[in-house]
Amino acid sequence: MVMSWIWTGIVLASILCSFASGSGAALARAALQGAQAGVTVAVSMAGAICLWTGVGRLMEATGVADGLSRLMRPLLHRLFPSTKKNPALARDLSANICANFLGLGNAATPMGIRAAQRLKQGDAATDELCRLIVLNTASIQLIPANVAAIRSSLGCATPFDILPAVWITSLLSAGLGVTAAWLLGKVWRR
Amino acid sequence: MTDYIVPLLLFLTAALALRKKENAYDIMLQGASEGLKLLLSILPTLILLLTAVHMLRSSGAMELLSGILAPVFSCLGIPPETAMLVLVRPISGSAALAVGAELMAEYGVDSLVGRTAAVMLGSTETTFYTISVYFGAAGIRKTRYTIPAALFADFVGFFMASLTVRLFF
Repeated sequence: MVMSWIWTGIVLASILCSFASGSGAALARAALQGAQAGVTVAVSMAGAICLWTGVGRLMEATGVADGLSRLMRPLLHRLFPSTKKNPALARDLSANICANFLGLGNAATPMGIRAAQRLKQGDAATDELCRLIVLNTASIQLIPANVAAIRSSLGCATPFDILPAVWITSLLSAGLGVTAAWLLGKVWRR
Repeated sequence: MTDYIVPLLLFLTAALALRKKENAYDIMLQGASEGLKLLLSILPTLILLLTAVHMLRSSGAMELLSGILAPVFSCLGIPPETAMLVLVRPISGSAALAVGAELMAEYGVDSLVGRTAAVMLGSTETTFYTISVYFGAAGIRKTRYTIPAALFADFVGFFMASLTVRLFF
């Protein structure tokens, strides 16, 4: 329901703004280009998503996923209490967190979605599901490769000198985001 | 070194599966076809979301908003030049990369603005995109407090990016 309001709001705001700036023709074109861009993005992710779900399956079959979730058990049990009774959920969550950490966004997405499907109750987001989304939107990663690539392409000699700042920033934003989610979870009705 | 993470990961998982006498190739094929189904389930979300995002970008609303927000940002210690980046970051990853690269090129990669833009890009995610994809694929209609909590995390990210860059450089 919230997404319906946001979507309608964005479309209304674009109409009003382009009316003010007199760029109505471009707006209609942009709507269709955007729809096409959705397909283009999906196709450009297709290879990576299929490859990583394949590798994810393999990691489950070989027990690597179990090993990862055992390694992350202290963190998982605290953040996602239902992993105590649900080993499949623990596997998906730990794979999602590890892939994010290594900067493999396209690998993290399929695992995260599987975890989300296991966490939902009916059509409502649970507290743990909200926590999962906040963790994923805060982007805790070891090496932000995209940004480093842009910096070095612009002639930066030390593209990785921002790492400590990136680590502190993303840890704090994830930590405070999860705290905010936890506080909101106490007051928000289901 | 980081160049070898992905190739080695691919090799090691396949090799481990072979050692455990699993049919590595077949398992990966099954997984890949699952990936295709997953992709199909997020495709409608992507199309609708990007339609709205492209409309918003072409309407000039972002320029208007960043002009209004710039003085607020300088009060908070966030470089006002990054207002556009802050607004675009939660809705479009590719647009944010483009805006960030432009800032770095214009002000210099090692300038305060350039570095802040880089840290912002490295420590935040495309929030609305992530939320739509996850909730779309999992079939969730009631998002409850996810959006405010995630946007708050983003705000902390933008604020801390400005603060850490000022402290460290």
